[in-house]
Amino acid sequence: MSRKVLLDSNQLNIILHRLACQLVEKHTDFKDTVLIGIQPRGVFVASRIEKILKEEYGLNDIKSGQLDITFYRDDFRRGEKPLEANKTRIDFIVEDKRVVFIDDVLYTGRSIRAALTAIQSFGRPREIELLSLIDRRFSRHLPIQPDYNGRQVDAINEEKVKVSWKEKDGEDAVYLISK
Amino acid sequence: MSSELSVNHLLGIKYLKREDIELIFKTADHFKEVINRPIKKVPSLRDITIANLFFENSTRTRLSFELAEKRLSADVINFSAASSSVKKGETLIDTVNNILSMKVDMVVMRHPNPGAGIFLSKHVNASIINAGDGAHEHPTQALLDSYSIREKLGEVKGKKVVIVGDILHSRVALSNIFALQLQGAEVKVCGPKTLLPKYIESLGVEVETNLRKALEWCDVANMLRVQNERMDISYFPSTREYVKQFGLNKKLLESLDKEIVIMHPGPINRGVEITSDVADSENAIILDQVQNGVAIRMAAIYLLASKIKQ
Repeated sequence: MSRKVLLDSNQLNIILHRLACQLVEKHTDFKDTVLIGIQPRGVFVASRIEKILKEEYGLNDIKSGQLDITFYRDDFRRGEKPLEANKTRIDFIVEDKRVVFIDDVLYTGRSIRAALTAIQSFGRPREIELLSLIDRRFSRHLPIQPDYNGRQVDAINEEKVKVSWKEKDGEDAVYLISK
Repeated sequence: MSSELSVNHLLGIKYLKREDIELIFKTADHFKEVINRPIKKVPSLRDITIANLFFENSTRTRLSFELAEKRLSADVINFSAASSSVKKGETLIDTVNNILSMKVDMVVMRHPNPGAGIFLSKHVNASIINAGDGAHEHPTQALLDSYSIREKLGEVKGKKVVIVGDILHSRVALSNIFALQLQGAEVKVCGPKTLLPKYIESLGVEVETNLRKALEWCDVANMLRVQNERMDISYFPSTREYVKQFGLNKKLLESLDKEIVIMHPGPINRGVEITSDVADSENAIILDQVQNGVAIRMAAIYLLASKIKQ
């Protein structure tokens, strides 16, 4: 197994700042905008971006939540191991809101497909956008593309892109892992 | 913690491990959040068909299972013995195999005979959930009872629970004893001697025939219904005498020097095992039990369904 660094802590930080800046460019005061981190690992990206928006843009009233898509996945009973659920925390109505999904790696697009179904249980959003830190282009199974994109990566199916976070894994970095 | 149950059927608490209960509770936490959303439904089980076979009357359990199945998007067929070919002499296995040949993946069954679910699980090719088999077990009820205690008191471990009333005819009592002990709670039973099974102490359960003493000891009192329909002989002189000795009223509850949690699996005979003012009081979590029942059944069905291979 080999491991290649795609982004170090510094590069990751620059990208997060750029993504936050792009969000501000589009959403300005975030009055009707809600950020939704996709469980399990999109929530780390979301909380970093939320922190930048608060600290550097003074946007202290941003609404944010976490969405778990386990029960909406299309591979129930198809894998080796059962799917394990995570917490969903959305304590506001998304009816008529501008929703931004935030995830770490966009790969086949199936998670986002599930998230699009899952969010409907909380109302009908005015629009939904997608922010992904890493876009594994050329590996999509569905017609889903990010609106805000950290870094595009070309990786083959046998390879894995792993995003590490200081608060979870001890360091900020993105790795390409091949068997 | 494993993300998979150790069993393929839910036949009784007796067959579960402690980790299974923890997994069901953890999964139920997620479903409890789901059923409090504006849209209370997830698509997980859209390719699963479940048959609810009720060979004995039920309101709560049947509605709760049906709702749980529908909230998971399973297809549901209902069957009750009263309006079926069982009356024409069909055997249990024939009835179920006929239903299964219509491509059913899971069977939820209530039956008057103890062990009916176990018997069925050995003879048919479907995942079986026991929704009550005679005076034997009612596992989902015990799970939702423990889940409600956990929700109210933080954890089940170390808690003192007294089960009051008709223990002899009660599957709820037996399943609760197994479930509570598995999770490290202490259990006592309280009721007229005639309604306590002869060998109940062999389960590690203490017997207390004085209701006041039992209540003073406990953190939680689970008040069972007197099951008149299962009584072929007279077990106590009169309902009035039963109420006098084993009925819980507000005066008795308030005379205790501590707050206890009151549970009841339903249906309540108001004025018999508990009075109306107790059933509707702050101490009672009877309606929470009902709400938790849906989440617990969703969890059990979801986890069992995830073991059905395509």
